[in-house]
Amino acid sequence: METLMETGSLHYYLAMIWFILWGVLWAVYFILDGFDLGVGTLMPFLARTETEKRAILNSTGPFWDGNEVWLIAAGGVTFAAFPYAYAQMFSGLYMALMLLLFTLIVRGVSFEFRSKVESPAWKKIWDTAHSLCSFLPALLLGVAFGNIFQGIPLDETGFSQAGLFGLLNPYGIAGGVLFVTMFMMHGALWLCIRTTGELKQRAESMATKLWPGVVVLTVLFLAYTAVSTQLFSNYMVYPVLFVILLLPVAGLVLMRTYLGAGRYWMAWASSCLYIGGTALFGVIGIFPAIIPSNPNPAHSLTIMNSASSPLTLQIMLGVAVVFVPLVIGYQFWVYKHFATAMTEDDLHY
Amino acid sequence: MDVLMLSRLQFAAATMFHFIFVPLTLGLSVLIACMETAYVRTGNETYRKMAKFWGKLFLVNFALGVVTGITLEFQFGTNWSRYSAYVGDIFGSLLAIEATAAFFLESTFIGVWHFGWEKLSPKAHATVAWLVAGASNLSAIWILIANGFMQNPVGYTLRNGRAELTDFFAVITNKYAWLEFFHVIPASLLLAGFFIVGISAWHLLRKSHTDFFQKSFNLGISVALVFGLFTAAEGHIHGNNLSDTQPAKLAAMESHWETQRQAPMYLLIIPGEDGNVLQALPLPGVLSFLAYNDFNAEVTGLNDIPKEDRPPVALTFLSFRLMVGLGTLFIMVAAFGFLMRNRLDKFPLFLKALPFCIPLPYIAIWAGWTLTEVGRQPWIVYGLMRTSDAVSPVGAAEVGFTLVLMTLLYALLGAVGIWLMVKLAKKGPEDHTPIQV
Repeated sequence: METLMETGSLHYYLAMIWFILWGVLWAVYFILDGFDLGVGTLMPFLARTETEKRAILNSTGPFWDGNEVWLIAAGGVTFAAFPYAYAQMFSGLYMALMLLLFTLIVRGVSFEFRSKVESPAWKKIWDTAHSLCSFLPALLLGVAFGNIFQGIPLDETGFSQAGLFGLLNPYGIAGGVLFVTMFMMHGALWLCIRTTGELKQRAESMATKLWPGVVVLTVLFLAYTAVSTQLFSNYMVYPVLFVILLLPVAGLVLMRTYLGAGRYWMAWASSCLYIGGTALFGVIGIFPAIIPSNPNPAHSLTIMNSASSPLTLQIMLGVAVVFVPLVIGYQFWVYKHFATAMTEDDLHY
Repeated sequence: MDVLMLSRLQFAAATMFHFIFVPLTLGLSVLIACMETAYVRTGNETYRKMAKFWGKLFLVNFALGVVTGITLEFQFGTNWSRYSAYVGDIFGSLLAIEATAAFFLESTFIGVWHFGWEKLSPKAHATVAWLVAGASNLSAIWILIANGFMQNPVGYTLRNGRAELTDFFAVITNKYAWLEFFHVIPASLLLAGFFIVGISAWHLLRKSHTDFFQKSFNLGISVALVFGLFTAAEGHIHGNNLSDTQPAKLAAMESHWETQRQAPMYLLIIPGEDGNVLQALPLPGVLSFLAYNDFNAEVTGLNDIPKEDRPPVALTFLSFRLMVGLGTLFIMVAAFGFLMRNRLDKFPLFLKALPFCIPLPYIAIWAGWTLTEVGRQPWIVYGLMRTSDAVSPVGAAEVGFTLVLMTLLYALLGAVGIWLMVKLAKKGPEDHTPIQV
């Protein structure tokens, strides 16, 4: 791919800003949809009665839709700011993405369909669909990002096809397992915030049990990353970047401390730090590529060869500066008003 | 079949399924917000019940609309990656703006609306309803600006092997896009009107919740009449604009072959792909008038458009006829219903027929989009990029597999969704606010 811009030009700096925003958007998506996917995955393990199932669904009910839009935004920003990378990423990961979309569709309607018919069998169908289609997106996202971290076999035209089985390589699967566990932990902490009584105790004990698993998997994943990807090369050149790793590590430690102290909001916030830090670690690792090419790095899709025109990047930046704080503002308001421990009032519908 | 055809089918299936739910979301969200406002203003409990009852149907519909919309954004990348790379600079940014400026608002506040009945004051809840309605319609603006670029590309230059943005203002003030917007939004309100009227008629016939459904009927029928007329009038202006922007589409939708002045409109045409098989009963000059508001104007015929640049004629022609025919029927039905709205018990047959009218606006809207999108072929971006050059280099087997999977999944979910809506609609409003634990 030929370069679209000169290093140091305005175009270059605009594209750099968008690379950072691109990374932040994906990180925010993982943080937000992460907990509701995790809650959905945990449902069959934690809920025993119909009321508890209702409580688990309603713990994420008011939020999941707004959370999922961060995926649309992350996809949209990839499309707008780095169209060549978008074209490659979504056609290259064709099967994984299609499956991800189908599972998200089933999950979305399961929230709505479940309560509409008073029949235990009907509810069971949608509960099963809900937890399966919460687990699979977490897994597929992990597989997709594992493959991006590792690099995708691109050719000189930029287009290539990584079939589904090509994506299910050991490192891709390791990414998937990490994502699932990470989101389950995140979801368990969310349930500690929103539920009461026995359900809360079960969520707390689940979080406590999951924590060592998350630690071990994180360490293993980092070691595997060092062996089988180029993700650490930027860190080797600029060792100061290793500071970034302090974020997920601090997140992990604080998560356990606050969980033990029963301060669930803080434990959940630490989990956000952990997920956000992990995502940031990966994004910095692939810089300046958006889709690294492996085995031939010369074919990578980078900030320099896949960005939009300076005018588009400028307009998009203007839009982001106005609207993103607004979105954060009203989503914060919604969390503040609706993310409290649920009472009977919250369990209807 | 090759990847191109499979991808076209997949996109057609995804958009048409998505567009069962979207128009109702656009129209009904506004009407529900009106009901809530009426409740806040008058304190009349019936309006609150109306917002809740129609709101339940709305939520099922909304869920299906949202989840199927996600597929569409990503399909540009999965199935049309060459298109995405070529026009991403403009088209991608419009989708990103839609997500940031509209879709976030809509999706965040639908949760608040759904779960906020007990937590928010009626006034705050009505405000949330307006936020959802406003954001849904704002979302439509951005999507239609994106589609407008495909129909009538403006504000770009070809550089670095792609279309790059040069004039954002031209893109967002694209006349084609705004003509689409002012056709789609009133059509959606018309559809929402018929939806409410059809269900209300079913209950009025059975004399259940008479006050509730009479009020709903009056709202629905007035909206259907006003916006039916608006949609038709705007459609005419839209047709005028086509003669400048997409003469091939105009010629195909009329199956008009010979370039001529005082072009007639034939009442009876059997179109073929190389000329009309049959044309009879000409109305002299009418086509010229429809295209240019001038009975003497010259209208380009398909024979003067190179064969490889012509859209499929029969499908374009028929979908146009279907849309206009149904649109006329809606105005007549709505006018009759509006005039007789206080004497409905005298017309049981009319009430019986109305529920069966619910699918018709959907069909008209589908036909309209078929005309818009099929009539644009063989271009994905009119005059700029051919559909055949836009497709992803993915395997036919993979596209075929996901097409089958998607069709099955959509058919299943669509059937369940519609079944649920029918069930909820028949159940009617509840007399008290139930708390199911």
